[in-house]
Amino acid sequence: MNNVFVYIEIEDGAIANVSFELLTKGRSLADQLGCQLEAVVIGSKLEGIEAQIYPYGVDVVHVADDARLAPYTTLPHTSIIVNLFKAEKPQVALMGATPIGRDLGPRVSSALYSGLTADCTSLEIGSHEDKKANKIYENLLYQIRPAFGGNIIATIINPDCRPQMATVREGVMKSEIRSKTYKGKLKKIDVAKMVNDEDFVISIIERHIEQKKVNLGAAPVIVAGGYGMGSKENFAALFELADVLGGEVAASRAAVDAGFADHDRQVGQTGVTVRPKLYIACGISGQIQHRAGMEDSAQIIAINSDENAPINSIADYVIKGEVMDVIPKMIKYYKANSK
Amino acid sequence: MKTFKIIVLAKQVPDTRNVGKDAMKADGTVNRAALPAIFNPEDLNALEQALRVKDQIPGATITVLTMGPARAADIIREGMFRGADDGILLTDRAFAGSDTLATSYAISRAIKKFGDVDLIVCGRQAIDGDTAQVGPQVAEKLNLPQVTYVEEIQSVNEQTIQLKRRLDNGVEIVKAPVPSVITVTGSAAPCRARNARLIMKFKHAKTVSERQEANEDYVSLFNERPYLNITEWTVNEVEVEAEQLGLSGSPTKVKKIENVVLQAKAAKKIEATDADINLLMKELIDSHTIG
Repeated sequence: MNNVFVYIEIEDGAIANVSFELLTKGRSLADQLGCQLEAVVIGSKLEGIEAQIYPYGVDVVHVADDARLAPYTTLPHTSIIVNLFKAEKPQVALMGATPIGRDLGPRVSSALYSGLTADCTSLEIGSHEDKKANKIYENLLYQIRPAFGGNIIATIINPDCRPQMATVREGVMKSEIRSKTYKGKLKKIDVAKMVNDEDFVISIIERHIEQKKVNLGAAPVIVAGGYGMGSKENFAALFELADVLGGEVAASRAAVDAGFADHDRQVGQTGVTVRPKLYIACGISGQIQHRAGMEDSAQIIAINSDENAPINSIADYVIKGEVMDVIPKMIKYYKANSK
Repeated sequence: MKTFKIIVLAKQVPDTRNVGKDAMKADGTVNRAALPAIFNPEDLNALEQALRVKDQIPGATITVLTMGPARAADIIREGMFRGADDGILLTDRAFAGSDTLATSYAISRAIKKFGDVDLIVCGRQAIDGDTAQVGPQVAEKLNLPQVTYVEEIQSVNEQTIQLKRRLDNGVEIVKAPVPSVITVTGSAAPCRARNARLIMKFKHAKTVSERQEANEDYVSLFNERPYLNITEWTVNEVEVEAEQLGLSGSPTKVKKIENVVLQAKAAKKIEATDADINLLMKELIDSHTIG
């Protein structure tokens, strides 16, 4: 009772990255709160899935396995979560800020009358003093998120309602195994008792889900190349740097159109929007369409031989030089300085 | 045949691209009065989907429902200029400070009072909060199914509706019963422009509070043309439990607000020398940006 719960998202039988990230965060919150970490998996053909989950420090894995539960639809998943939460009374419940988590979370929070904070960028444990009621709350979940178009950072709390619910975007938190031999318990959910026929009024007629080969959204570091890279062969240097830094390679539209990189690596208005911790723009002039897809990156390094490239105006660091000369130096000195 | 009734939930939002210093109140809530107010962009996408249903089903009606201060009537008129038939403004001081759950409760009570409805359509999320919670929460409170991230209403009849959902990694075609709550994403078709004839027809549409400021001629105008009356409901008109409204009805509380100070970036210039790049990599490792 009163543990930290994580909803595990399943796509095509595999656990979503964001769920592992939430388990990692959930484990550290549970440690601070002195409680257990529990996971809920809802889907079909889930035999043995718990073995992938325990190593994140999960004490209990609840599994609802039924052919009707995959692919995800709102109502049966809501019924299972709501019934489970009513019985288990979690103090904290986390979900991915994905189309599934953002569909399920609010429905569950409404049914349980509990507060939900969307798209948190940070979660902490702290206290709160309600001066009016002269009451001190200990061990609340601080749900920290940008709001108002990113102009403010708000810390939200749910003093009285449980569970304290939050969604978190993929790639915002780190994923880390606690112990390969962590021992948890499996609890099977009796699906027939939790759902009713009315939960299946929505039917999925067709699905076209493409497996993402490249996951730019989740990469903490992105090394991006533009038309200025000159050739597909030169992109190999970007892959090497990305590999060393634990990141991914992206490209501008001009580079994709020139055949230097695949379309699924395109960042910008017609490609993917990314917000990595570090964006290294190599040979990218920085047209507005490209900037729209990356200007929220925490740090931007622009490597360019053109001092007046528009990308320089939003960069934190501007390296004036030839990309093919600078990148080997970055690799060399990263290796020299990292422990 | 009964009329096919659509409610479009819309929100007047502060234009978050222009947030000034005086936009926040001391209690951490937003001082909307200090910002330019616009029709929430994805709610316009939702209105367009509703208008397409109306184009297809003879006699279908669209009611724009919004909760907000008196001036939120502006977006109801905006909706009428683009093809909505009428609107309801839910306005009361008692609603102030509501989080998404208290907002959803109030809106769901207003929809209950409205009565039979075949389709409820709204934007996926509003640009001031980006929570995407009110649509699903309204659906739950009304015990209706929900379909989120909808890009297109592909077909509709009196029993079922077929929808295309746009997900991060693909699309899904789903069939939902009528009535359902649909939330529409920004990738859906943009809303049609205002129609000159409808502007002429509805430019004097007003709520009862707005009419009280109007002169005698206007009163006769509103009697002759009932379509100019924008419905205005306060807590007295909708059946609500007071403790579920506003701050008291909101499980989430704002503990702290920090302003993000935006300033023109002063880029550090770095030479492509070994020494400079060595320093740069050290700095990035020390700040935990990499490594």
